[in-house]
Amino acid sequence: MEGLFNLTWLIPVFPLVAFATIVLYVRRWKNISSYLAVGAIALSFVVSQIVFWMAISTPHLAEAPFHSVIRWMNTGQTLLQMGVMVDPLTAVMLFMVPLVCTMIFVYAIGYMHGDPRYSRFFAYICLFASGMLGLVVADNLLMLFMFWEVMGLCSYLLIGFWFEKPSAMKAGLKAFLTTRVGDAFFLMGLVLLYGQTGSLAFDKVLSPATLQTLANTMLTVPFFGAVPAATVIALLIFGGTVGKSAQFPLHIWLPDAMEGPTPVSALIHAATMVSAGVYLVVRMFPLFHAVPHGSAPEVVTFIGAFTALFASTIAVAQNDIKKVLAYSTISQLGYMVMALGLGAYVAGAFHLITHAFFKALLFMGSGSVIVGAHHEQDMMEMGGLRSRMKITFWTYIVGTLALAGIPPLAGFWSKDEILADAFGHGHILAWAVGSAAAFLTAFYMGRQIFLVFFGKPRSHHAEHAKETPKTMVYPLIVLAFFAALLGFVGVPEDFPVLGHLLGNPFHAFVGEAYAPGHVNWLVMGLSILLASGGLGLGYLLYGRTPLVAGQPDPLARLGPVYKLLKNKYYCDEIYHLIFIRPVTWLGDVMAVVDKNGLDWVVNTVGRSTAAFGTALWRFVDVPIIDGAVNLVGRSGDVFSRLWGWFDNAIIDGAVNAVGAATSWLGRELRSMQTGRVQNYLLIASVNVVVLVLLYMLL
Amino acid sequence: MIPLTWYLVLAAALFCIGLYGVLARRNAIGLLMGIELMLNAANINLLAFERYVAPNSLVGQAFVVFNITVAAAEAAVGLALIIAIYRSRDTVAVEDIDLLRG
Amino acid sequence: MSLTQIVFIILAGLALLGAVGMVALRNLVHTVLSMVLAFLAVAGVFVLLDAGFLAMVQILIYVGALAILILFAIMLTRDMMDRKAHVNAAQWPLALVVAAALFALLGVLLVGASWPTVTAAISGDQVVALGEALVGPYALPFEAASVLLLAALIGAIVIAREARA
Repeated sequence: MEGLFNLTWLIPVFPLVAFATIVLYVRRWKNISSYLAVGAIALSFVVSQIVFWMAISTPHLAEAPFHSVIRWMNTGQTLLQMGVMVDPLTAVMLFMVPLVCTMIFVYAIGYMHGDPRYSRFFAYICLFASGMLGLVVADNLLMLFMFWEVMGLCSYLLIGFWFEKPSAMKAGLKAFLTTRVGDAFFLMGLVLLYGQTGSLAFDKVLSPATLQTLANTMLTVPFFGAVPAATVIALLIFGGTVGKSAQFPLHIWLPDAMEGPTPVSALIHAATMVSAGVYLVVRMFPLFHAVPHGSAPEVVTFIGAFTALFASTIAVAQNDIKKVLAYSTISQLGYMVMALGLGAYVAGAFHLITHAFFKALLFMGSGSVIVGAHHEQDMMEMGGLRSRMKITFWTYIVGTLALAGIPPLAGFWSKDEILADAFGHGHILAWAVGSAAAFLTAFYMGRQIFLVFFGKPRSHHAEHAKETPKTMVYPLIVLAFFAALLGFVGVPEDFPVLGHLLGNPFHAFVGEAYAPGHVNWLVMGLSILLASGGLGLGYLLYGRTPLVAGQPDPLARLGPVYKLLKNKYYCDEIYHLIFIRPVTWLGDVMAVVDKNGLDWVVNTVGRSTAAFGTALWRFVDVPIIDGAVNLVGRSGDVFSRLWGWFDNAIIDGAVNAVGAATSWLGRELRSMQTGRVQNYLLIASVNVVVLVLLYMLL
Repeated sequence: MIPLTWYLVLAAALFCIGLYGVLARRNAIGLLMGIELMLNAANINLLAFERYVAPNSLVGQAFVVFNITVAAAEAAVGLALIIAIYRSRDTVAVEDIDLLRG
Repeated sequence: MSLTQIVFIILAGLALLGAVGMVALRNLVHTVLSMVLAFLAVAGVFVLLDAGFLAMVQILIYVGALAILILFAIMLTRDMMDRKAHVNAAQWPLALVVAAALFALLGVLLVGASWPTVTAAISGDQVVALGEALVGPYALPFEAASVLLLAALIGAIVIAREARA
């Protein structure tokens, strides 16, 4: 049975093979490509489930995780090892990722129907899925980084999938470059880590002894003085998370990434790529907390909390249905990051898992709405879709309630655990920020629900909306199921009735080493209050008197504040001013320098070379070289004439002579053919005489 | 005793005269006669050898019987051919019988 | 020079005379007569070689049958030959040379070689022995010869037949 764990190797392989097959062979046949992709990811899902259930039934998996390694370059150091590791964290990720991916793949069959590059889309998402799965099962940071980059590439390809739209191309480039900035920091962290410890494998790097060493080693950082190595490395690695999980200040790419098709948004920006950043922090959790009272967790918490609040304020003022969800994702990721900074390992991981489900559900639901309303994305142009798209509506409700944190849905349990942990460990500021963000989350989701589904349709498109095909609707239902019920695996044990009944299996499995969460009734009550309050406010503003066409957003009454929020605090413009303008200015300066300075030098060199060449031609080439060449030519001419005479007279003569001789011989011999036997007899007799003579002589 | 070589030389002479007749006569019948002469020369040879080298073996004599038989048969057929050719071509000169001319 | 040798020389001379006449005479009938002379001389030589029976056979067949046959053939093809002037073919010089050369070579060969001659007498009745030999050891060639004669017979008749009118 232990051997079944070895199946883990196969999990990233299936989609990778599907990618290669589609790209190389079956691109022409759209149906085969999509079925191949779905089949591959479904296979990965099945194998992941097997591994997951194996993992659950293995006691003390956290202390002795399954670890399988291939050493493929024996350089004496273990830098270049490839291996898979299954510990509880990996196992729960393996539960979530292939499941959500399979749902999204199936959804994509319907959503991308009719697209001219249908097969290529499935190839890309297959590559992406293999990247994510590889990242999850990786056993060392190098391998993780490799798959991290693969996902970055796929993200670029997929965001810019409709590359005819310049906005999509720009968005893809923005995503790639922004995450690249984060990745630069990540790589620096890796290099430093390797330099300090000589290894990048998790089991080596995260062992208590190594962590102790890292915590005690001091590095001199300019500006900050002596900083423990663990902190420096942790924060550098966190840089990667800031980029990949769209935390402030590198969050700018995620809203623009909505230019990609909705399945991409669901896949990359809900379930997988952005959660890879959080997964990284969860994985390196011991490193972050290696230094007691260190600064790394503080920075992490700060950025997480700030992002959570920051993004939710922007989400409030967005009109594009997907942009709201994008900022919501940024905000929720901030939640997770904050939780990890606070030391709530289990809570952070739990929220990661539950968030993936309901965010993917919401994105796919929004995609369903968009397709049903004939590609209308502005919420102000929607309305009244409740009766027209029933299944989408109900699943969307489930997702919204889960995100808002309404019990007993999943989001409530996970979010509440975070807030309870924050409060419980005395981080009141973090708790307050988190709660404010929770309130706003509920508000903007309520706003979204009421704008989109209630009231009367505000546009022609909304009026004629209809439900989307089954392949798009069934995944919604499956995800809604999980969004609703998954929370129950993480109910704290001392919750009345339910806690005893369920026993918090999530914590038991994942957080074996950590203290279990307790129910903090104050926090819980406040959370429910805030969530319902937010939804209620949403109802007040948008639900009680639903907007009609052309009516401006009630929030606009906030005036300049609303404008600030709507324009995302002018982040993009500020970055453009601070970073892009100087660079382009520098480029212009360089162009001038190049033109006047360098080009002048190059031109002068060119002119002098030309003059030299002319002189050479006039004095050397013409008299001497040409003279020699002409002489050679003339002598060649004479020689050829000689040869010609020779050829004609002698060689041709010889050849002709041979021909003449042959024909003369033929003529002579022909006279032998008289047809008279007597003549033949004479010749025979002559021959006999000759032979006898020869016999006698020899 | 007459030495063997006398017979042999006689046979050789007759043979060569016959050869000359085959090669040089214009008339087909003359040519045939040359052939008969050659055959006769061979007969003399056979008998001479039998008499002087292996007497009482009767090899030579039997051979001569057959030789004469063959000569007769061949002469008969040859003359028949000549007559047939004479009928169709109205000539007996060998130089005129040159259908094989190349 | 014993008597036999003289006889031989006379016979040889007659044979050669006849042979030369055979190949040189213009008139065909004359050639046939020379041929007869030559054959008779050869028969005489056969007698000298103690093959008397064969001498008789020679005379019977060659002179009696063959010569007559040739005479008949000459008669049947007569008209043509009277008109012709030349007796020899165009190549007769070379033929003469060849024949002479061949005779010279053969002569040298035959005289120069040492023949394993045995001097023994003839015993018994040659004819009876020959007859027994022909149906005994040489029965097969005998039969073959008879078939050959039959074939020649039929063939000659067929070839020389008058064409169907």
